[in-house]
Amino acid sequence: MINNMAKQKNVLPGFNLSLGYTIFYLSLIVLIPLSAAFIKTTELSLHEFWAVVSAPRVVASYKLTFGASLIAALINGAFGLLTAWVLVRYTFPGKKIIDALVDLPFALPTAVAGIALTAVYASNGWIGSWLEPHGIKVAFTPLGVIVALTFIGLPFVVRTVQPVLQDLEAETEEAAASLGANRWQTFTKIIFPAIWPALLTGFALAFARAIGEYGSVIFIAGNVPFVSEITPLIIITKLEQYEYASATAVAVVMLIISFLLLFAINGLQWWFNRRATTSH
Amino acid sequence: MLKKLFLLSILFSSTTLVSSNAMADSSLLNVSYDVTREFYKDFNPAFAKYWKQKTGETVTINQSHGGSSKQARSVTDGLEADVITMNQSPDIDILYERAKLIPKDWQKRLPNASSPTTSTTVFLVRKGNPKNIKDWDDLIKPGIAVVIPNPKTSGNGKYSYLAAWGYVIKKGGDDAKAKDFVNKLFKNVPVLDTGGRGATTTFAQRGIGDALLTFENEVNLIKKELGDQYDVVYPSASILAENPVSIVDKYVDKHHSRALAQAYVDFHYSEAGQEIAAQHDLRPRLESVAAKHKAQFKSLDLFSVDEIFGGWAKAQKTHFADGGTFDQIYSK
Repeated sequence: MINNMAKQKNVLPGFNLSLGYTIFYLSLIVLIPLSAAFIKTTELSLHEFWAVVSAPRVVASYKLTFGASLIAALINGAFGLLTAWVLVRYTFPGKKIIDALVDLPFALPTAVAGIALTAVYASNGWIGSWLEPHGIKVAFTPLGVIVALTFIGLPFVVRTVQPVLQDLEAETEEAAASLGANRWQTFTKIIFPAIWPALLTGFALAFARAIGEYGSVIFIAGNVPFVSEITPLIIITKLEQYEYASATAVAVVMLIISFLLLFAINGLQWWFNRRATTSH
Repeated sequence: MLKKLFLLSILFSSTTLVSSNAMADSSLLNVSYDVTREFYKDFNPAFAKYWKQKTGETVTINQSHGGSSKQARSVTDGLEADVITMNQSPDIDILYERAKLIPKDWQKRLPNASSPTTSTTVFLVRKGNPKNIKDWDDLIKPGIAVVIPNPKTSGNGKYSYLAAWGYVIKKGGDDAKAKDFVNKLFKNVPVLDTGGRGATTTFAQRGIGDALLTFENEVNLIKKELGDQYDVVYPSASILAENPVSIVDKYVDKHHSRALAQAYVDFHYSEAGQEIAAQHDLRPRLESVAAKHKAQFKSLDLFSVDEIFGGWAKAQKTHFADGGTFDQIYSK
């Protein structure tokens, strides 16, 4: 390991400088604002902190936020992969336009996305009016939250998987086929192991993005406590009441859960990578 | 090269500083809430004209609009407003409590507790009133859907909540009865938007709900902007929503704009100012203007927050703080 680092130092000089810069930059952009949240929380006693973050209404919001984010990220994982596949492997008229459309959820102000989705999925909207007779309500229900979170998370999976698929040569698949692998085997043994790390990264990004999302969800959720109230709204509500310390307390809990989840996903990725390299 | 750039940047920043100082006397920043946009679009030019005639000075008034608590928080956090105009006094009290920007007794500095205009909470229903909603009692019937913004995040929602509570008290009920009433009312609320305008959209554009509870001035604006698909229903009694104004002492002193800011808030009480308010469906205080617009503002039994709840601070603590009566509706 040390040997490795020394070698890198020779190839690209300035390791100390760049590391110093990285730490400084991360501190400025990420760590200092986040630690401010932690420090603000210390205004509460441990007892008060626990009372705030474990209130039934807040707990219900964690369940909705993390549950809906997970479902949305899973949907994006499946359909994002499919979209990336179509965009890489096939040529068809309008492909460039579809490719550009994928990025739209990145660029659109989230409030605009929320209003547009609500207009479409409300019981008098294009899709909503068609779903309503079947007993499916999307706008102003937890289902609406999932729809909004799926929308904003779409680009992550597509954009992480796409380049990996592009690098994957069709010849390897042909080779597998010529060696007698059926399509399912080709997918599970050849394609999937190669794109799996990218897919996992895309999933993690979509998931993380969904957890913190506020703007688009607020319009479509209905915001009824215990039913469709997301954790970021709880935080905003507390801020509106000038309760800064308890707002940051909930934020801190969200941060810790998110960090642990992302850490676990990274760990999973590392483990898969290691397994993949040792099995060769 | 770097040194030169650095010098240049200093030069530039100092010139902008100087120019903003020179401008300070003749410009004002009014930080206001969401739905006053249209009102100040007419009010500000009228004031500028008045000020020009009086002093010969040209004044520019900058407006900032947004959710009321959010706006108040911006000012306490350092947005240098000369004047703050809100729809409930707690959002101005906070300037004293959090940052000591104004004196504690700011409400005593101007007539009518520093509130030049008022409004009240009324109902907007679908054209022809198909569900036959006449008064508060009709809103708690099973099968009626009512749209009210979240009282925890919206001044509009707070007034609606207190109006329903006060209605029961006015009818001779006690706190237990009032609590039961608002419980039933909020069980009929399918969507809790974070602000007044959001609730309007839900009701008008999404077709959710049989009634929308909002300010009288907002209701008339909806009818104007969104067409004649709605009827206004005045309940037998409702709350007196007072719209307070104040200069922000610390910042007017810093900007040397106290006289101008004072004249600006005073202008709200003048006949011209009151007339513009009335044209925007804000209830005027001045008798002469009120008499002129008598037909426009239906008389109903209005009660104030002080009268029923013993002031905003108390109402806030009992009803909207965490664990208050509003939270209890949703606790399991």
